[in-house]
Amino acid sequence: MSRAGEQTFIYDHPPVIRAHASIVGPKEGRGPLADWFDTILEDDILGQKSWELAEMEMVRRCAKDAMNRSRLSDEDVQAMLGGDLNNQIIASSFAARTLGVPFIGLYGACSTFVQALVTASALISGGFLENALCVASSHFCTAERQFRFPLELGTQRPPQASRTATACGAALLTADCDEYGLRITSGTIGRVIDLNITDANHMGAAMAPAVFDTIAAHLSDTGRTAEDYDLIATGDLGWIGRELLLALAEAAEVSLPPDRLIDCGASLYAQRQDTHAGGSGCGCVAAVSCGWLMKRIEAGDLNRLLLVGSGAMLSPTSSQQGQSVPGIAYAACIERSGA
Amino acid sequence: MNTLWMFVKAFVVGGLICDIGQLLVMRTKLTNARILVLFVVSGVVLTALGIYKPLADFAGAGATVPLTGFGYSLAMGAIEAVNRYGLIGAFVGGITRTAAGITAAVVFGLLNALLFKPHAKP
Amino acid sequence: MSRQPFTPAEYHELVSRLTPPSRMLRGYWRAFWVGGLICCLGQALTLWAQGLNLGEVTAPMFTTGCLILLGTTLTGFGVYDQIGKYAGAGSAIPVTGFANSVAAPAIEFQREGAVMGVGARLFTLAGPVLAYGIASSVVVGVIYWLVRGWVM
Repeated sequence: MSRAGEQTFIYDHPPVIRAHASIVGPKEGRGPLADWFDTILEDDILGQKSWELAEMEMVRRCAKDAMNRSRLSDEDVQAMLGGDLNNQIIASSFAARTLGVPFIGLYGACSTFVQALVTASALISGGFLENALCVASSHFCTAERQFRFPLELGTQRPPQASRTATACGAALLTADCDEYGLRITSGTIGRVIDLNITDANHMGAAMAPAVFDTIAAHLSDTGRTAEDYDLIATGDLGWIGRELLLALAEAAEVSLPPDRLIDCGASLYAQRQDTHAGGSGCGCVAAVSCGWLMKRIEAGDLNRLLLVGSGAMLSPTSSQQGQSVPGIAYAACIERSGA
Repeated sequence: MNTLWMFVKAFVVGGLICDIGQLLVMRTKLTNARILVLFVVSGVVLTALGIYKPLADFAGAGATVPLTGFGYSLAMGAIEAVNRYGLIGAFVGGITRTAAGITAAVVFGLLNALLFKPHAKP
Repeated sequence: MSRQPFTPAEYHELVSRLTPPSRMLRGYWRAFWVGGLICCLGQALTLWAQGLNLGEVTAPMFTTGCLILLGTTLTGFGVYDQIGKYAGAGSAIPVTGFANSVAAPAIEFQREGAVMGVGARLFTLAGPVLAYGIASSVVVGVIYWLVRGWVM
């Protein structure tokens, strides 16, 4: 059985996460998860000529780190799946150009990393690929330039605004082998949900209904409850969005114990770092899951994790034209094999 | 004493005008650009209605430094130029009166692009 | 099939209940004193200009020019965005904020080139201000020209 319910893939040959790597910027490197990340950058520019090139370089380094750890070279990697927040996902595609790896560009806004995991796992489980590199990145400076204002403009952000993380995460998936390790056993594709939130600053509110929808779909498709997971980690709802998700679950009578629910965006920064609602961006869930959550599963701290990446599907054009902000979420179940 | 009073008036009136802007920032979903446009146009309209000139006479820089003061200069310029040149003055006065400010912003803005590099926010 | 327990209207109510409000009093106080201070600086410059025997029309131009130089320079050194984060409208509404809105894109879009980068983006925020400010002054001028006869 390779499909369950309406939206879920059950992988017959669940791929193994052979290696993972994470890179974060200086501000993220001063947050509560600082000790977990593989690399903390000293500055945001990485010696490049522009923020966009800096983000590309970050993706390249992170992808390379994951390959080195899995002892696979550029030639061995059969596909790279990934994306970022730049127009036409230039950071990922330019990094793929440098790496020379076959590339599938994805866009799911901040959910891109989990979108890549779900897609790559299906391709590997189906026998189309033996391995795949999943990568997603975001950079505070490129995102500000594209979605908001020039960095030097003196503006105030409302309390519900989140900070786009300068971060990148990469995971190298390989086909089933007897090795002990992390496996991706199922994945759920989300629907685009829109409850007519028009405040482009309030990503948590825009995405929470989509996250709820995907979690509910995953649980009902797999016949599981939230208690079957040691942890459910949402992408970047932030502190406010997490509360909204809990309220939605309660109203719909879906059991979602608060002690089993964390949010990557709310975990990346400390409240005192003045990021307002927390972190966001494709790199947020990528770096937090590769840097922190996967290591916790490897350490035996967790056995089964539901990683839910969420994205706000807006563009500057749709915002300026007064459109509301639709959300989407993808879920991937990551388990320790042999557990 | 007179000088001190002048500064007090500028401080209080200028601060209050900024607080109207802050009210719009915190209470409405208006973008920054819209608030700035609203302020300039309000300055022009209030001047035309004869309200802003007394305020500027009273508060000095407190009324002329905020963006409403830019609107005040535009409108005063247009009105005075109409007195001088007739209808064509309406097209001349606004920019003439504010030329120094606009030109300064353009020139210093361009200089900035030459002198400074973008930097990340902490 | 919708799994959503709330209608959009109910959800909006929930969102506004769970979203913390801006800290109003603090916001007003910061905007007030920073805005007031910038105006005082303008007042001092005006006094200085009068000391230099600049006329009634040129003295305000001198003041505006100095404040704009201040605004662009602080933008260049990366200070004005910090002030703006603290003061909000207190630093956006004075003419120094107008200077900031011109200088910020000029610095930010250097890499897109001198013409379509710096040159075009210079007016990203200032453009609308100038467009509507100038247009409304023309409207005022024309109306004044029409009604002048009756007013006099």
